[in-house]
Amino acid sequence: MNEYFSDLFSGAKSLLVGLSVTIREMFKPVVTVQYPREKLEITPNFRGHTELVKDPETGTHKCISCMMCQKECPSDCIRVKGEKREGVKGLALVSYSLDFTKCSLCGTCVEVCPTAALEYSQEYELAGYSSDEFRFDLLKRLEER
Amino acid sequence: MTPEAAKQDKHTFVLNMGPQHPSTHGVMRVILEMDGEHILEPEPVLGYGHRIQEKMGEARPWPGFMPNTSRMDYLSAMIYNHGYVSLIERMTGIEVPRRAEFIRVITDELNRIQSHLLWLGAFLLDLGAFTPIMYTFDDREQILDILEDVTGSRLTYCYHRVGGVARDIDEKFVERTRAFIARLRSRFKPIYYDLVTSNIIFIKRVKDVVSFTPELARRYGLTGPPLRSTGISYDIRKNEPYSIYPEFDFEVPVGTKGDCLEVYNIRVAEMEQSLRIIEQALDRLPEGPFRNKIPRKVKLPQGDATFSVETARGELTYYLVSDGSDVPYRLKIRVPSFSNLSVLQELCRNMLLSDLVMSLGTLDLVIPEIDR
Ligand code: SF4
Ligand code: SF4
Repeated sequence: MNEYFSDLFSGAKSLLVGLSVTIREMFKPVVTVQYPREKLEITPNFRGHTELVKDPETGTHKCISCMMCQKECPSDCIRVKGEKREGVKGLALVSYSLDFTKCSLCGTCVEVCPTAALEYSQEYELAGYSSDEFRFDLLKRLEER
Repeated sequence: MTPEAAKQDKHTFVLNMGPQHPSTHGVMRVILEMDGEHILEPEPVLGYGHRIQEKMGEARPWPGFMPNTSRMDYLSAMIYNHGYVSLIERMTGIEVPRRAEFIRVITDELNRIQSHLLWLGAFLLDLGAFTPIMYTFDDREQILDILEDVTGSRLTYCYHRVGGVARDIDEKFVERTRAFIARLRSRFKPIYYDLVTSNIIFIKRVKDVVSFTPELARRYGLTGPPLRSTGISYDIRKNEPYSIYPEFDFEVPVGTKGDCLEVYNIRVAEMEQSLRIIEQALDRLPEGPFRNKIPRKVKLPQGDATFSVETARGELTYYLVSDGSDVPYRLKIRVPSFSNLSVLQELCRNMLLSDLVMSLGTLDLVIPEIDR
């Protein structure tokens, strides 16, 4: 019987100690963010899907259609199409399709690219109604930018 | 009535826990033969998240498997990366710069703390305590922010590379990590100890539930904190040291009784030890290159090799057999959660249902790792 009451007492005491922790924390600054009304800034190093780099000098991409990224991609989600054109060194890029539904965001393509033509986008809010929305043509996306 | 008598009496029923159940922490199913609140026979069913990870490793050149390593145990992604690149380095003899080894250890330990923090919150949530997970997630977010800034990702890092790491760490990383160490240390006592560890209700609830014994541990190949709670001091970082762990001064917390409370205490103590390792590593961080140049196509020499690392859940072993090409002939991954789950049937027989939930929490299972 005595033990029962001492248990009850120590239990109540534990609860009070716990409560004091929560009350103390209640007056500390709020750490949650009301997404989507508020947004945190994300780090520039964030690894989103890939994007073609816009060269400020030429105003276009730097890709030479060497197919390195396509060959090295472990998920096989890149298709590069290039063609021979007058006055262009190497092959001119016709389309660069990225199947983002399969991409594992590993960064291999960015690392192997000899001309540093790829970068990571900062896009993290990606949702859509069909998988087709995530088969990007990066060349088109670049032109729209 | 004893469970045996109950079985003959046929007053039993079958209860299906999962595959979609909050306390199985993933898609795992346990078929329970019940007698009222008592479990007569728990039978785990696996494979809902099977993604042929091993076969994927055998179907492409070895660098292509790197992103997969983060996707088995998503809470120890960094340590999984580390094990795989070290395995390849052991086979090919590729050297790693010293600075990279330090960066690997720092990020590994941050990853381990992050995993333990998540476990702490989720375990208490299983017991019905909602508040602690708020605090653990607050701390865990700090680690994720630090790691995101250097790796570019919050969970599936794919950061360690054969011959080094993908990106160098900078002053900002060092500063933030130091600030985090101070912050977490200052929170152990006023928050975690007062709120949870010293709480008599919590202690009474978890004490003496389940009993891991050294004999049981040996029989099932138990690993990680549940193993150490039986008094067997076995940690790959000490017993089969890899990377630069021998250079650091840290302890392996062990228990004696092997109940839920001991496992809890061990995990909390491990976080403190990890902080110690990170601090020492930051103090002695050498200058120099962070990544060695390696040839573009590296063939794996014929033969086989294994490499073990200590993840947050226990011993992880990679075993690779090569026929001399750059595509592994066989890649076997032995994961800690799998051997820890195997003990469930024996451990939880004749237990109360709510204690089974607690045992699952104590084992800290990550189901995608078991299914792979
Ligand atoms: S990030 Fe990896 S998976 Fe995605 S496109 Fe590049 S190489 Fe392929
Ligand atoms: S590796 Fe770079 S240059 Fe070559 S095809 Fe890919 S994006 Fe273009």
